[in-house]
Amino acid sequence: MDVRGLADQLRPLLGDDAIITDHQRLRTYECDGLAHYKVTPALVVLVETTAHVAAVVRACAAAKVPFVARGSGTGLSGGALPHADGVLIVMSRMREVLEIDRANQRAVVEPGVINLQLTREALPQGYYYAPDPSSQQICSIGGNVAENSGGAHCLKYGFTTNHVTGLELVTPGGEVVQIGGKAVDAPGYDLLGAIVGSEGTLGIATKVTVRLTRTPEAVRTLLAAFPHTDQAGAAVSTIIGAGVIPAAIEMMDALAIEAAEAAVHCGYPDGAGAVLIVELDGPAAEVEHQFDQVEAFCRDNGAFEIRIAADDAERALFWKGRKSAFAAVGRISPDYIVQDGVIPRTALPEVLRRIAAISAEAGVRVANVFHAGDGNLHPLVLFDDAVPGESGRAEQVSGAIVDLCIEYGGSITGEHGVGSDKAKYMPRMFNDDDLDTMQLVRCAFDPASISNPGKIFPTPRLCGEVPGRHKGAHPLADAGIAEVF
Amino acid sequence: MGDVILESLCAATEDHAVAATEADAVDRMPARWVALPDSAEQTSAVMRVAADHDLAVVVRGSGTKLTWGARPERVDLILDTTRMDTVVEHAAGDLIVVVGAGRRLDDLQADLAGSGQWLAVDPPRRGTVGGLIATAATGPTRLLHGPVRDLLIGVTVVRADGVVAHAGGKVVKNVAGYDVGKLLTGSLGTLAVITQAAFRLHPLPEAHRWVSVPVTHPDGIQAMVQDVVHSQLVPTAVELDRPTAGDATLSLLLEGIPPGVESRTAQALDLLGDGATARDHAPDWWGAEPLVGGEVLLKVTHEIAGLAHLLTAMDHACAATGFTAHLRGSVAVGAVTVGLAGPADAHALAACVANLRERATTFGGSVVVLQAPADLKADLDVWGPVGGLQLMRAVKRQFDPERRLAPGRFVGGI
Repeated sequence: MDVRGLADQLRPLLGDDAIITDHQRLRTYECDGLAHYKVTPALVVLVETTAHVAAVVRACAAAKVPFVARGSGTGLSGGALPHADGVLIVMSRMREVLEIDRANQRAVVEPGVINLQLTREALPQGYYYAPDPSSQQICSIGGNVAENSGGAHCLKYGFTTNHVTGLELVTPGGEVVQIGGKAVDAPGYDLLGAIVGSEGTLGIATKVTVRLTRTPEAVRTLLAAFPHTDQAGAAVSTIIGAGVIPAAIEMMDALAIEAAEAAVHCGYPDGAGAVLIVELDGPAAEVEHQFDQVEAFCRDNGAFEIRIAADDAERALFWKGRKSAFAAVGRISPDYIVQDGVIPRTALPEVLRRIAAISAEAGVRVANVFHAGDGNLHPLVLFDDAVPGESGRAEQVSGAIVDLCIEYGGSITGEHGVGSDKAKYMPRMFNDDDLDTMQLVRCAFDPASISNPGKIFPTPRLCGEVPGRHKGAHPLADAGIAEVF
Repeated sequence: MGDVILESLCAATEDHAVAATEADAVDRMPARWVALPDSAEQTSAVMRVAADHDLAVVVRGSGTKLTWGARPERVDLILDTTRMDTVVEHAAGDLIVVVGAGRRLDDLQADLAGSGQWLAVDPPRRGTVGGLIATAATGPTRLLHGPVRDLLIGVTVVRADGVVAHAGGKVVKNVAGYDVGKLLTGSLGTLAVITQAAFRLHPLPEAHRWVSVPVTHPDGIQAMVQDVVHSQLVPTAVELDRPTAGDATLSLLLEGIPPGVESRTAQALDLLGDGATARDHAPDWWGAEPLVGGEVLLKVTHEIAGLAHLLTAMDHACAATGFTAHLRGSVAVGAVTVGLAGPADAHALAACVANLRERATTFGGSVVVLQAPADLKADLDVWGPVGGLQLMRAVKRQFDPERRLAPGRFVGGI
């Protein structure tokens, strides 16, 4: 059956307005947040219920048609890039917060719920949802689950995978499976650990149970300006070395500051070669004491100006420059590549010098914004697509930075995911056996390889039956009491 | 035949393979050989010997939790990891450690303590790092620092077919590829052999205080736990020790810098009310398994606010079947262990467990028999109902299609 046949088959169940086949309308879904990859999907369906998702996936499985789930489309690795011969399943109509369960410190949400919306609904009860990607005003929880999203505060509070305790999953075969719940440690393999961060390749989450975190008693934020990134990096090492675990430590270099200034007028100190934003939260007595320590560490390492947020408004202004940094770079460069790599934190000053050297040699400007506490770099490689050759040079610089991360024992992606963009880099970090082993998981969930194919892995693995004898399951399992044994 | 296999195992391990003795039996299932590889490469060679001769393999560290799970269907070869015990890298400035799977946890903690750091799994035990991962063993401080799965950032494994593979890395923040380490955590050696692991570390806190209070009725205990979890105390751990119904202690661990701990201790004493006391050392039961002589140990999970229902269900199940239960664990996480003492009778134990499982929906969790004498375990459903079992079976088929690794030990006969 071709995709048009699928549309006809699904129309009675989902309704006419949920099925998009018109080419112009299909084109509005041709990319996610990584806009230079564009593929027009063959069919778009707007689902509203788990039953819809299961029906669409079952139809795809029967017809051997690939499908891609899409949340808010804010991903930065092309993870939700459509398949030209496949179905794009748009989850954004499933956006109900089903339950805020304060007594159990959990929330149950549909996957299209916006990250910040969940925090807003939990706040009146003294709770919030901790993972806070910079796109939290528009990104969806389902997308966060797919990408294992982090955020500025994951240094202390962890990533999405540390906050999901249950999922309702539509498997690539179209089965609806309940995994985990409000309680922790469900018996059996840690399927949640495999699914969260699998970039939509192991099925589609249709319901998500997450941990809610108590809002801290005290929050203190400072902004410190340094002459150079070396001093700022040294300050970070001193803070962490003293046993302080801040909620966040963010760094921006001179070029990133210039861009943020131009875009949102955040008023960062003049002449800074680097700024650090350090936020501490927790019990008041601890925060007060450690905040004084952090301030001293910044001064000892050469900070020439330190500002302390007097209230929430000023804190928001500090963060505004940081959180808008990616978009702000558009003010100083027509085009840019957002890189996402990780290095051991202690290698920060050295790696920044190497990046500067790569940038100078190639004649390509690089602005640096990063989660300094956990060594997660976001170099922004600037270029003008209108100038012949610039885009290629920018790609090369961006790739060289990835290689640098691997050389220092880091990772090719800290939070944006592999997606379409970085599948080609996977063999630089993992050998064939490593990738083959990961794909065993893929084959277990999706032997037909129809769930978001072409992402993460540069070369798909054929999931045919592994050669060898099959001893089958436990005899009691085969006898029909498998489910209770 | 046996000699040929032993010779092959010796060749794979530079003569570190021997015939098994009675002490190597798993759940009274005798093994035939023990191999002690000292690297992933030797482990791979051992697994290839096992494949060539169709041997069932049980991976063993210190052997402290070797009887967790169901009784394996077959045991031919014990793969002992304890020679893979080196600290490969401790990057103190980056708060990470890379360590061989066979290193004992107490040794590792001693290695790290010199740098003022620790792997946030307590208390230090003689079990190995690999065993910690394979059993997903939990301790009190998981409330603040997360369970083992959240501390593990990279693994080296040897598959059943002998292929050596890595996943994750040695940086905390990393989303490149599937998180195979999490899938292996708690897999009881049924998917692959873990030979090396990378963990994130935490700084050792400067100050500790334990604030404890005697508690009695299930509803009162739950109300107190609710007060604690919604407070601003930020405890590192909240443990309940309940040797019998009506006699229990709730104990909070507060950690951090001295002025902060002092201030929170005062708040905790106030919150817990009459009878609460603060000490600078742990209660003697802290973090230990509540074994009461019967050697039956359950792991029970619950929704945080399902605690009163759990305690009531436990008392009910015991009264109906003639057992006494010693419950202990992390009630603000929702994961506790229960030591059962009572009739040495398989039917009675099965009835007690079934009774508790019937009420599991009231507390929102699961009941797993971690450990029981081999004769009591034979016909017992140790795992109970499992969600997602078909997916788990598919994972096992991919990783170990010949069912070579601890066959029958895991859920659904995996």
